[in-house]
Amino acid sequence: MRLVILTVAMVVAVIVLTVASLAVGSRALAPAEVIAALFSDRRDAAGVIVHELRVPRTLTALLAGACLGVAGVLMQAVTRNPLADPGLLGVNAGAAVGVVVAIAFFGVGTASGYVWFAFAGAASAALLVNAAARPGRRGDTVGLILAGVALSACLGAVVRIITLADDDTFESFRFWAVGSFERRDADVAAQVLPFAIAGLILTLMIARGLDQLRLGTDLARSLGTSPALTIVGAGAAITLLCAAATSAAGPLAFIGLIVAHIVRRTVGGDVRSTIVLAALSGAALTLASDVIGRVIAIPGEVEAGIVAAFVGAPLLLWLVVRRAS
Amino acid sequence: MIAASHPPSRTLPRRRRRATLVVGVTIAIAVLAAIAGLTTGSFDTSLSDVASALMGTADGRTTVVVMGMRVPRMLAALAIGAALGLAGAVFQTLARNPLASPDIIGFSAGSATGALVGLTLIAPTASPAAGAWIGGILTVVVVMAIARSVGVSRERTILAGIALSTLLAAVNDYLLTRAPIEIARNADQWLHGSLVATTLTDVALLVGALGVLGLVLVLVHRDFRTLELGDDTARSLGVRIGRLRLLLVVVAALLTGTATAVAGPIGFIALAAPQLARRTMGTSGIPLWGSAVTGATVLLVADVIAQRALAPLQIPVGLLTAVVGGAYLFWIVARTRR
Repeated sequence: MRLVILTVAMVVAVIVLTVASLAVGSRALAPAEVIAALFSDRRDAAGVIVHELRVPRTLTALLAGACLGVAGVLMQAVTRNPLADPGLLGVNAGAAVGVVVAIAFFGVGTASGYVWFAFAGAASAALLVNAAARPGRRGDTVGLILAGVALSACLGAVVRIITLADDDTFESFRFWAVGSFERRDADVAAQVLPFAIAGLILTLMIARGLDQLRLGTDLARSLGTSPALTIVGAGAAITLLCAAATSAAGPLAFIGLIVAHIVRRTVGGDVRSTIVLAALSGAALTLASDVIGRVIAIPGEVEAGIVAAFVGAPLLLWLVVRRAS
Repeated sequence: MIAASHPPSRTLPRRRRRATLVVGVTIAIAVLAAIAGLTTGSFDTSLSDVASALMGTADGRTTVVVMGMRVPRMLAALAIGAALGLAGAVFQTLARNPLASPDIIGFSAGSATGALVGLTLIAPTASPAAGAWIGGILTVVVVMAIARSVGVSRERTILAGIALSTLLAAVNDYLLTRAPIEIARNADQWLHGSLVATTLTDVALLVGALGVLGLVLVLVHRDFRTLELGDDTARSLGVRIGRLRLLLVVVAALLTGTATAVAGPIGFIALAAPQLARRTMGTSGIPLWGSAVTGATVLLVADVIAQRALAPLQIPVGLLTAVVGGAYLFWIVARTRR
């Protein structure tokens, strides 16, 4: 029941935020204007703003947010670590390195092209941090995060150096600035959508196994789940989702962390029944961050990643301090 | 994580000889890096040109390049590296954990926040040093309060510091977007840790701070060493621990703040220099002066590489230390988790 109410509430939130995202910006539009522009082909000022700037931006934020929300829940379920997050563990930074390498050294210019590189980067980072910290062992929440933070710092600096070194990359990179939804190409969301869908389908396939694994490996095995296959599948799903989100929006941290905690606190840690809720709350949270970032610094903008960090970093701090005492 | 890896049986003179040798080699590396930094670049100068510029007999252009740009930058790299090495050695010894470095647990980020608040909100033209000192000390206070509430778990304190530093990084990014464009452009360079714009005034500030704070460390050095033996032993030797710790934390925070005020947050030097010094010199504790020499050398070498590796592109040295230092930290974590 609670799950249904929350899901409906999140659907409403996503709709309201979508309208707000279409209306708010350096040139504000009335909701009526937005709706009129959406359903007509007239290319007046409002029509151009809505169709060419704000619709792509909104769709990208929704897609990236949904992916990161689900990835966050998956990651916490797999690592059994309440601090896990695709951004904090360096997976998004790995995807980002893939993207800038694709742009700088292989001349790939479209999201559908560099999403493969993002996928490779995210997978390598996930394997590295996994190997370094051996997640899954109960009680070891700190080592995983330390390894992830170190990896993120290293890879983030690599991204900055490549973009500094190559003017063309820097140009492309500006459209893909860290955690920003400003100036999206119209079809970025469409290009990474297949990856996101693949990730979500894979998530649905292994969700049941993940929930059984929470009961313990032996019990899960006796229920017909292969633990190794489930973990590998979850890793692949996380990588797909993070690569899609990062290709579309740049490396965003904290969305997964916040979503996983909202979901766990309200409806519990069951993965299978909460996937939809996680996707919706991730989308709502990311879009809200983007809208807030557009409002608080008019005429400039604050990147959605910074806004999300203002919520996520205190949450992380609180989690660390509370769990210790 | 610190293990006394060397058997105590080694005789004292032999260990001292090794330490002297290591310091000598380190200084030799620093001299080579300094020569490379002074003679190469977009305007090539020979060694004799540099020498005559130092004597004041070179032509105008050479003098401007050498005395106006390269010498201040070299001195700043040495002083900042030494300050970070000292700060790292103090914090790591106090916390008995290599990860308790000012750059990992948020003091550098806090200093940067303080400096940015000063630059963007209060006095755009003033020196950022005061803001950096205040920001650094406030962050220290917050982290110590967290450490007190967290209690025995040192790793959790460090994780809390990391969380705090991500929050401060977001604050810094936000302040940058709110800053006027001409400040933001400078601050953006500075936020990655760069020695490009250092002047002789900066060097004077650094040397002054290093002198005063270094003198304080000289005066308490004997008591500082007893801290390594454990709080109880130190207390029984007549050291007033609470006061000593407070003094040391303030000194280390001021060292970090001064370095950050000039060059921005340069990561991982304070983490790596004390560890490198301890390993190469084979001491059981973290050598204070060895850390300073190592930090100075490492930062100078890093800065020369950052200037020349992808020339004419100038990489902010903080990015270079983040690549190498991030990998190093990852390796530490991976190795100790096995």
